[in-house]
Amino acid sequence: MNLAAPSPAAALPLRAPSLATAGMTKIFGPLVALDDVSIEVESGSFHALLGENGAGKSTLVKCIMGFYNADRGAVLLDGLEAEVRSPRDARALGIGMVYQQFTLVPCLTAAENLVISRADAAAIIDWKTEMPRLEAFMDRMPFRVRLNELVSSLSAGEKQKLEILKLLYLEQRFLILDEPTSVLTPGEADEVLGLLGEMARRGEVTVLMISHKFREVKAFCDSFTVLRRGRLTGSGDAQAASVEEMSRMMIGDTEIRERAERRKHNDTRTVLDLAGLCAVDGEGRPVINAVNLKVRAGEIVGIAGVSGNGQSALVEVLAGQKPLTDGAIFIHDKPFEPKRGDFDRFKVFGLPEEPLKNATVPRMSVAENIAFRSYDKPPIASLGWWLSPGPMRRKAEKLIERYRVKTTSPDSPIEALSGGNVQRAVLARELSGDVDVLIVANPCFGLDFASVAEIRSQIMEQRNRGAAVLLVSEDLDEILELSDRVAVMSGGTISYVSPIEDTDRNTIGQHMAGH
Amino acid sequence: MSQSDIFIVLIAMIGGAIRVSTPFMFVALGECVTEKSGRINLGLEGNLVLGAMVAYAGSYTTGSPWIGVLMAGFSGLVLGAMHGYICKLPKVNDIAVGIAFMSFGTGLAFFFGKPYIQPTAPRLEAIPLGGWSSDPSIAQALQVNPLFFVGIVLALFLSWALANTRWGLIVRMTGDSAASARAMGVSVDLVRLLATAAGGSLAGVGGAFLSLFYPGSWNEGLSSGQGLMAVALVIFARWDPLRCVLAALLFGAAGAIGPALQSIGVSQGYYFFNAAPYILTLFIMIASARSKSAAREAPGELSIVK
Repeated sequence: MNLAAPSPAAALPLRAPSLATAGMTKIFGPLVALDDVSIEVESGSFHALLGENGAGKSTLVKCIMGFYNADRGAVLLDGLEAEVRSPRDARALGIGMVYQQFTLVPCLTAAENLVISRADAAAIIDWKTEMPRLEAFMDRMPFRVRLNELVSSLSAGEKQKLEILKLLYLEQRFLILDEPTSVLTPGEADEVLGLLGEMARRGEVTVLMISHKFREVKAFCDSFTVLRRGRLTGSGDAQAASVEEMSRMMIGDTEIRERAERRKHNDTRTVLDLAGLCAVDGEGRPVINAVNLKVRAGEIVGIAGVSGNGQSALVEVLAGQKPLTDGAIFIHDKPFEPKRGDFDRFKVFGLPEEPLKNATVPRMSVAENIAFRSYDKPPIASLGWWLSPGPMRRKAEKLIERYRVKTTSPDSPIEALSGGNVQRAVLARELSGDVDVLIVANPCFGLDFASVAEIRSQIMEQRNRGAAVLLVSEDLDEILELSDRVAVMSGGTISYVSPIEDTDRNTIGQHMAGH
Repeated sequence: MSQSDIFIVLIAMIGGAIRVSTPFMFVALGECVTEKSGRINLGLEGNLVLGAMVAYAGSYTTGSPWIGVLMAGFSGLVLGAMHGYICKLPKVNDIAVGIAFMSFGTGLAFFFGKPYIQPTAPRLEAIPLGGWSSDPSIAQALQVNPLFFVGIVLALFLSWALANTRWGLIVRMTGDSAASARAMGVSVDLVRLLATAAGGSLAGVGGAFLSLFYPGSWNEGLSSGQGLMAVALVIFARWDPLRCVLAALLFGAAGAIGPALQSIGVSQGYYFFNAAPYILTLFIMIASARSKSAAREAPGELSIVK
């Protein structure tokens, strides 16, 4: 950088700063979330921070923003070490962040949100002088938001724009955007990113964007950094590097763990048939859109995808937690309604993600939780309603032993168990009978190594016995290890299906990123 | 029913609306402020009854009804601040605390109010606005208490302040998104404590109107649940101070149907018409529970909304 006489542009307070981290390290207990990460974001650049879930991107920006205090390392702003101990410090230094969740107040108008965000807001707000000032500010900005509209009635794209405008209104010139386009339509995303790119090129702002969409990185960013498992695995010119190079840095070349033994099946009849499934979220936006997928007997179909592309909604639909707006589910060519009777009749079982929340009643005992599938059948129940605790307890004891659930007693509340043992208790309940269809979502999330191997081998065993298994997972390694076929979910629909032997990690990765 | 009868009923209902609505208005405005900050104070019935007792006692001992009104406001302030303080303790449910305070406030009022049931305290003077008419029923109906105008001015002020002052925006922000408020360095608990205290003091003033103007004496059956109905009324008014006034007038008019009909000799269904405000509350609750726009305008932090 030329450090000669200050140029007129540098004299302006609006100049975009450069930012670098030097040897940033953050350790959470046994986990090294960030390991000696040094990144460099030049003044006026549009920099992409790439990485898979859990690669350490959020930890890094939270260290920059002062949410976390790094164990080692420093933040350099315009080449000088900056003390960022809290988000307040970051704000004072002109570093602002747009979070994935909106921080706007829904019941206030856009104008009110802007004014109240200022630390020096007047006690009595004179809207007659304030509004023209805000209008003038909007005129200088590349995009506009209707000032008098309530935030709750703005679209997601407008809210995202307003979040960015708020940072600019507060004179923050280093913008960190955390997956800013995850809530936007492709058109809105292109508009917002394009305009921010122009501002960066004019030297008005510096942008650091967390993303895992290669398309956006290629289209809008000029430099990038890749993190993988807390380490820096690459950086460079976003225009020069190819998508293949970037995805290799992101996903790595780790060898696949030895696959569990699988039996070859000759039986190829379809068991589970999802026909054009559609569902909407609480605000009526589609979350899954025309999902078509067939799962055969004795087969594991793995659904890969970046989180938030409709996988959880799909699992909720299959578990009966979310109503279908369109489409139908068939099992053995018969219509299936996700209700208790049908689960029982068609022998459909499931391991939802976060089992403590989705598959158990935390304060009920382990024995009761294990009996959820069978409490209304003999030997636990007589006449369909009279429950006998004796058989319930004996069955629980048997399963606790067989599945090695570590609990002080069958009567202790299931919430007292560790994550792996809750998962094992749910496995015991779901897999101890005859299974025709098994729906599994992120079964090993947050579990230790031993539990992971055990749970995966249980899933494989069901497949070998002839169950149709649908495995939804954000862990690509898990999908590659277990699946017979891979499907990729992107934007609420299945965008790619392939037998496991005809595909590889990079192809899947590119489809996950919307290619 | 002749035309003059309808006229008499209408005049009586307007007069009734003005007279009966004032306590509703104060309690509703107080609750509106509290709920805007994201907390529900169901205990305002207690503030109302205690305010009525304190106002009566204050007026009786000092001889000035306006000192009684101030004392009532202060008693409500204390009760509200206690509610606000208890609710900021961890894991405390504001609705349960509110119900406890309802009993606490009325209990206190009954306990200390026993000696004041018999004596007569000086009452608030009304402003005779019906002087232009020779009709005694109009003159009677338009005997308006100054507190009625205070309530209307207060509603206008609140409506302005919520949109035009930093405090107003902070209260609304706290009520709608505590996370955003905290992110901006606002102490959510303090805002809610102050809003609950302010709301409580308004309810206390509403109580002063009951004992010092209409019905105008202190006894234990004075309020008959008006404080609770006013809370329902805030939902009906969708957390808007001006609509709170309109809703209070509507409730007042509904409450005046029975006496108005009786004044022209219709005594059939007297008790039914007296129950009108309660029936109205029930229907309003059902209707507003189904209304999507009410759900949208509700402050996002209210524990009934979450």
